[in-house]
Amino acid sequence: MIRDQEILDQLVAIVERFVRERLIPAEDEVAETNRVPEDIVAEMKELGLFGMTIPEQYGGLGLTMEEEVHVAMALGHTSPAFRSILGTNNGIGSAAVVFDGSDAQKQRFLPRYASGEWVGCFCLTEPDVGSDAAALKTTARREGDHYILNGTKRYITNGPVADTFNVMARTNPEIRGARGISAFIVEKGTPGISLGAIDKKMGQAGSLTCDVIFEDCPVPAVNLIGEEGEGFITAMKVLDRGRLHISAVSVGVADRLIGDALSYALNRQQFGKAIAEHQLIQAMLADSRTEAYAARCMVLETARARDRGDNVSTESSACKLFATEMVGRVADRAVQIHGGAGYVSDYAVERFYRDVRLFRLYEGTSQIQQLIIARNMIRDAS
Amino acid sequence: MKVLVAVKRVVDAYVKVRVKSDHSGVELANAKMAINPFCEIAVEEAIRLKEQGKAEEVIAVSIGTSASQEQIRTALALGADRGILVETDQEAQPLSVARILKAIVEKEGIDLVILGKQSIDTDNNQVGQMLGALTNMPQGTFACKAEPGDGTITVTREIDGGEQTVALKLPAIVTTDLRLNEPRYASLPNIMKAKKKPIDTVTPDALGVSMESRIRTLSVEPPPQRSAGIKVGSVDELIDKLKNEAKVI
Ligand SMILES: Cc1cc2nc3c(=O)[nH]c(=O)nc-3n(C[C@H](O)[C@H](O)[C@H](O)COP(=O)(O)OP(=O)(O)OC[C@H]3O[C@@H](n4cnc5c(N)ncnc54)[C@H](O)[C@@H]3O)c2cc1C
Repeated sequence: MIRDQEILDQLVAIVERFVRERLIPAEDEVAETNRVPEDIVAEMKELGLFGMTIPEQYGGLGLTMEEEVHVAMALGHTSPAFRSILGTNNGIGSAAVVFDGSDAQKQRFLPRYASGEWVGCFCLTEPDVGSDAAALKTTARREGDHYILNGTKRYITNGPVADTFNVMARTNPEIRGARGISAFIVEKGTPGISLGAIDKKMGQAGSLTCDVIFEDCPVPAVNLIGEEGEGFITAMKVLDRGRLHISAVSVGVADRLIGDALSYALNRQQFGKAIAEHQLIQAMLADSRTEAYAARCMVLETARARDRGDNVSTESSACKLFATEMVGRVADRAVQIHGGAGYVSDYAVERFYRDVRLFRLYEGTSQIQQLIIARNMIRDAS
Repeated sequence: MKVLVAVKRVVDAYVKVRVKSDHSGVELANAKMAINPFCEIAVEEAIRLKEQGKAEEVIAVSIGTSASQEQIRTALALGADRGILVETDQEAQPLSVARILKAIVEKEGIDLVILGKQSIDTDNNQVGQMLGALTNMPQGTFACKAEPGDGTITVTREIDGGEQTVALKLPAIVTTDLRLNEPRYASLPNIMKAKKKPIDTVTPDALGVSMESRIRTLSVEPPPQRSAGIKVGSVDELIDKLKNEAKVI
């Protein structure tokens, strides 16, 4: 749902311009230093980019899903690392409080996420628990008016810079599955939190992940999100929305890659003409364009359906599965069209090729999306 | 101090335009449109004056079709207080624009008019000067610095070979050059809030201005394509070509 087309056009236009004028020129520096420069982060805060999905009454923009995916596609035109910095505040780092937080929690956390004063992160994955998240082992033991957290969370995006940790932990050790899990919002500075070394990743330099370790960490009981035992449901709601966002980013990145590949193909000459004139190159360009368009349509349609209140669990997973695999193929073709130049880091496609690999892994691997889609199909048929 | 800024809707500077097949103009259908960059500098300057407490109100005016509201909204998102759309389907040529601005200056009791030195579509560079002639207001064109004083404004102008500083008595006109300031980005929350700021719509007729055109475009041609260069084998060949083909020495 687009509440006001004119406002959305302006929002998207300003994001596109910021991407073009400020972010794209900084891509190489971010890749080399593994840091997004402070002044760019400050500008992103001033622009209001940290609060896109936070409700308006808490200082955010309260974008609908359809509006959000339009902005996410625009952000996709540059290194995913930039989006990642603000991605947790707009998504997995804040959504649990937005969906299921108490009024007091919303008052305390949401305005700070919206302004970017605080960075939130989402702690579900553990060393022994990835796709099978319901089997998580981190424990939260009630003691008086606190819960005592123990456990290790792995690959936590923005963990190294986080001010709050949305932690899923087992409050009931008797129940092994999802029903024993609760969600907490833990503030930096709580005793017993430590961070592991920053992970060395294949791509997305500038977006930092690390282990977050809880050792007898006392979390005030008021920081429980929702009810005990409902944390896994909250986490799945968070990931459900995130799937469409990642799908939209994948579409944006695909557009960027297609643009880069096309301009290279128009300029590079071989056999006496621009390689864009060779039909085998044209086939790659056309396939990429077509697939990106298909993904765009899927994302927009699903976002609209979600805004209408439809259950889009199957469709969101279908979007994530198709869009993230699509951008992998588009990146691969973009490298191919660049020839040897696509393999050296003077051209952005080399970096994007590595960056987009992540989209098929986190917030549910492609296999997990397939499982969700098929399980929903089977459930609906019986 | 009451400040008027004019904002023009032009094709986005990043769009590659093509000449229409009938040579009547450039193809703008579906082209991305934006606020003229020089106008944006004018808006930024006005807002800075407001932030420094030197201006009480900033009014943004645009002349064009209803689509020009978008550019007024951009100015409002950047910090202008209210907008005026002078709605017309006809081409806004410099003299008509200057006359419309004159009518608004008089109606609103404007102390300072800040305009872009030119718009990037037709690059006329005329409206500010014409408005000066029509109103007898002093003008500081091509400004790279503007410092308001008590009932005055000191403007540093970019001129051939250097800078010139002039002191103008208010009410006055300033036209902006590129180095005057670096416009901010409208923040997303301010874009949303701008929707609530008022935009008045008037017609040129109501302001007593005729849009009758005095200039007729006969034909629009793309710039000539640069032909490929050649490599010369020796200095002698180079001299020969410069002398006999290029005829520059
Ligand atoms: C850069 C990065 C950032 C991340 N950020 C976060 C974060 O902020 N917060 C967070 O909580 N997590 C985060 N993660 C973790 C991410 O969500 C997990 O890595 C992902 O869910 C996969 O889990 P795993 O790595 O344990 O893989 P595994 O679950 O061990 O999977 C290994 C392989 O087995 C397949 N597989 C697993 N189960 C099945 C099955 N039932 N059927 C078929 N195939 C199966 C998988 O698809 C995969 O191919 C991040 C990861 C990375 C790399």
